Amino acid sequence: MERPLTRNFRSDGEAPSLKEYEHAGGYEAVRRVLRELTPQAVTTLVKDSNLKGRGGAGFPTGLKWSFVPMGDDVPHPKYLIANADEMEPGAFKDRLLLEGDPHQLIEGMIVASYAIQADVAFIFLRWAYRVAAERLEHALAEAYANNYLGRNICGSGYSLEMYLHVSAGRYMCGEETALLNALEGKRATPRSKPPFPAVSGLWGKPTIVNNVETFCNVPHIVNHGAEWFKSLSHTAEGGTKIYGVSGKVKHPGAWELPLGTTVRELLEEHAGGVRDGLKFRAAIPGGASTEFLLEKHLDVKMDFESVQKAGSRLGTGTMIVMDDQTCPVGLVHNLERFFAQESCGWCTPCREGLPWTAKILHAIEGGAGQPIDMQRLMLHTKFLGPGHTFCALAPGAMEPLQSALHYFREDFERHIREKRCPWK
Amino acid sequence: MLTEEIKHEIEIEMHHYPRKQAVCIEALKVIQRHRGWVSDESIRELAEFLEMTPDELDSVATFYSKILRRPVGTHVIWICDSVSCWIMGYDSLRERLTQLLGTKLGETSSDGHFTLLPNVCLGACDHAPVLMIGDDLHQDVEADKIEAILNRYKE
Repeated sequence: MERPLTRNFRSDGEAPSLKEYEHAGGYEAVRRVLRELTPQAVTTLVKDSNLKGRGGAGFPTGLKWSFVPMGDDVPHPKYLIANADEMEPGAFKDRLLLEGDPHQLIEGMIVASYAIQADVAFIFLRWAYRVAAERLEHALAEAYANNYLGRNICGSGYSLEMYLHVSAGRYMCGEETALLNALEGKRATPRSKPPFPAVSGLWGKPTIVNNVETFCNVPHIVNHGAEWFKSLSHTAEGGTKIYGVSGKVKHPGAWELPLGTTVRELLEEHAGGVRDGLKFRAAIPGGASTEFLLEKHLDVKMDFESVQKAGSRLGTGTMIVMDDQTCPVGLVHNLERFFAQESCGWCTPCREGLPWTAKILHAIEGGAGQPIDMQRLMLHTKFLGPGHTFCALAPGAMEPLQSALHYFREDFERHIREKRCPWK
Repeated sequence: MLTEEIKHEIEIEMHHYPRKQAVCIEALKVIQRHRGWVSDESIRELAEFLEMTPDELDSVATFYSKILRRPVGTHVIWICDSVSCWIMGYDSLRERLTQLLGTKLGETSSDGHFTLLPNVCLGACDHAPVLMIGDDLHQDVEADKIEAILNRYKE
């Protein structure tokens, strides 16, 4: 089974040096695109591969790049940004890529920058990833020293500056337009779209923001082609995916598998199933802001379309498992407290609605819930849903809540009726 | 007064930005590296240096969770309180820590060694529960082993 994203990971946990990376075929994609492909041809190639964004939204990557104005009469500098602000609860896949093979990300970013003719690139990294910061600084210095970055890359005439930028905190910086505001030295509140960043982004210039894992796929697509990339997957969506599992399973961890691997295979074959003495109740497949999947969904393929049909969202593909001895109300309360805290405060439904939701869940969990609270929570899932807020944070927060009210209604009502948490 | 060293470090960052004001987050990080936290006086000094109002600057400073607007102890313990760590034992870990330190979340131990702060998901969920002490990530932390970990930071 091919595992292009993780095949350079060293068993001692250290990152491959530039020389090791080159020895394994690294930076060949950069040389190839600069030598043989026009920028537009690179974008077409990525479009043909059916690579979908790995940050959570699953937007087709090549299509996103194609929105950047090209040609001689366009605004400069153009920017490319790797969103390395991984803070979705339950998500830990980008950390593995950043620590395990920093040159892979850098190479993917150089190819992507060439495709959109960017002049400057940033890696926007969360503060907590200290090891990744060190390894990325080192890898950037190596790339510069070997003429893969800076002026006239490999004698091609194309130049690119790339910088590591460490965030000062807040989950909201992971939202692409809020990230732009953070880079501009402002509060990380979102911007309305349109205009989209591809047209007017950082400092009002054309900007592409993609997830770390998304960029890591790019050198492999260049090296082996779109058809090869599509063949790695079990579905029409191309490539492999770094899937993760956390919670009370026997072997929590992360694995690179074909996109479209089933929930069952991930949970039982790789994570070893739920611990002895516990039973599987549900799982959130893509980090905190996705809906629950139940036992009846275990054979759902974990690709964007299939998970959506099952009423949830693939998101980051890092699954959080809820066993039968974990209280669903407590779990959802923890999630909503997170979202309430991380609201940037910009728009009213999110700023006022999320803390109210958390307060209600706190009451229900502690045995002080009222019957009318169920209705209040339902109303929030409508008023904070898509289209009612300035960005996707609140709608994301409503995904697990709405799903829990649907699947675990009886558990909520029991807390209210019995005035206590039956799981304690 | 902002020292020459601090001003110099901020001026290096300014090369990447079209306007002075845009460097404010990086500047706050510089001040925090030197002084451990960002006081009201630092806000006033930095605002003057960057030609912003103190309120403008503080609205940015108080937004970002890693800019500390209160003094902290020698070591900051960032304990993850997000969902996977919550499932795997955050509550008992937090209880043990508050017991050992004699503080609540958000407070500093009386000997000034440790400040205990909550943090959102630290991105190591397959090794939950986790916490960071300064720059160090600690994984698979057990409540009855945390005292030994803290002792390593007391030298």
